[in-house]
Amino acid sequence: MSLELKNVGRTFADKQAVRDVSFTAKQGEIIGLLGTSGCGKSTILRAISGLDSEYDGEIAVNGKVTRDIQEEVGFIFQEPRLFPWLTVLDNVTFGLKGSKSEKEKLGKAYLENVGLNDSAHLFPKQLSGGMAQRVAIARALVTSPEILLLDEPFSALDAFTKMQLQDLLLNIWKTYQSTIVIVTHDIDEATYLCDRIIILRGQPGKIDKEIGISEPRPRARGSMLLADIKTEILESLGLNRTEVLVK
Amino acid sequence: MEKLESEVSSVLTKDYASKRKQQIKRSKNVENIVLGSIISIILLFVWEILSRLEVFPSYMLPAPSVVLGTIIGLGQDGSLWGHIGITTYRVLAGFVLGTAVAVVLGSFVGFYQKAEQLFDPMIQAFRSIPSLAWVPLFILWMGIGEPSKITMIGVGVFFPVYLNMVSGIFGVDRKLIEVGKINKLNSFQLVTRIILPASLPSFLTGLRSGLGLGWMFVVAAELMGASQGLGYLLVLGQNTLSPETILASIILFAVIGKLTDWILKIVEARALHWQDRLVKS
Repeated sequence: MSLELKNVGRTFADKQAVRDVSFTAKQGEIIGLLGTSGCGKSTILRAISGLDSEYDGEIAVNGKVTRDIQEEVGFIFQEPRLFPWLTVLDNVTFGLKGSKSEKEKLGKAYLENVGLNDSAHLFPKQLSGGMAQRVAIARALVTSPEILLLDEPFSALDAFTKMQLQDLLLNIWKTYQSTIVIVTHDIDEATYLCDRIIILRGQPGKIDKEIGISEPRPRARGSMLLADIKTEILESLGLNRTEVLVK
Repeated sequence: MEKLESEVSSVLTKDYASKRKQQIKRSKNVENIVLGSIISIILLFVWEILSRLEVFPSYMLPAPSVVLGTIIGLGQDGSLWGHIGITTYRVLAGFVLGTAVAVVLGSFVGFYQKAEQLFDPMIQAFRSIPSLAWVPLFILWMGIGEPSKITMIGVGVFFPVYLNMVSGIFGVDRKLIEVGKINKLNSFQLVTRIILPASLPSFLTGLRSGLGLGWMFVVAAELMGASQGLGYLLVLGQNTLSPETILASIILFAVIGKLTDWILKIVEARALHWQDRLVKS
């Protein structure tokens, strides 16, 4: 499923948050939206998802311009957002339709995918942060979305859980070939996951730069190439202090 | 994967730990009960002794044993069950009536903005009227029988249930509703699958305070004229100068009120077991 944004902008209470964002995502592409806080990354993502329909410009999902929430879109939020009154399994199958046994079968399969098959009967209050986020991932994936939107999905997790879940995401992506747009402020995460990184900057935010990464996966987290890209990104965000120091 | 296993096992050990904790909690509970009752037991003994020594005149403050005897006496001649039955019936009928109206109005006001604009200001205005002020009007309209009493109690129960229900619905996390929207839930499904369960804790709090007010209002309702009921016993005790009847009635109110609240508390604990609440230790 392809995704196309044309001159998307958003104004909140007479204040422009983001403007003129245009990009196209091909089927199966992983796109990273990177930027410092307040430059409208999440706003763009909410516009794509249809949760926010008050934006300017046009968004086309698979060539169809729409402002509604699309069935093919899955969203993973920054927080797990689990329903506390449902068990882990019921949380995962929340968005599914069909008979109970079918739903449970599918839900269990996805729980196994995220490594939580033993926790199906637990309630969210019994989960650790990493486990809860994994449940949220399973919930978003169980409907097999063709477009997956992620809003800083791993930012609240510790470094190790984060890496583990990034690999999990790549595994799932390999199986389902969904188109992924991920909002992040973690440069390492962006370089590790994405085919293309779109850097947003300024207030109101707009696209500053696009960096393609053709390195095949799995990528080595500490590779020179990724480090070079990181430097490039830091420079374009005006955050690389070494130059200033050298001068 | 290793991390995973350790997480799972940590959950398991947490289970064991919580069992042990429960045992500790049980012994603590016993301690709490003993500690909590020491002073009241001592006071009861002092009261009994002072009454027997006739420090308190018995026509003012009879001994606890006399009060207990009164209750037993009422039980033996059979009238006790009638009094308890009719009072409990009035409270429950009023409770059901008040809750039903509160649920209907509360859902409308909670879900439709127009309904909120139409009804809420009026309901808030009615709330500032002391509910007992309705008594004369209800008697005028419905006479001194059951309907006016039950309506009275219903009015008392209505407000806490309504207010908690509305604030529960308004307080539902927008973030959870977004999850529903992204899963393409329609408005009806949003209500039944997210809004109602999410506002349940607040609703149950409303039910409990509503029931508490119901017991308060039944006293007022029975004081204004009844031929049976615990409130009638209060009036009877006053008119026949028998403080033991009044005290017996007060004690029965306390016991039954506590009992019904306890039942609701169990319902609450059952329905809200998923809540991540602070466990008092």
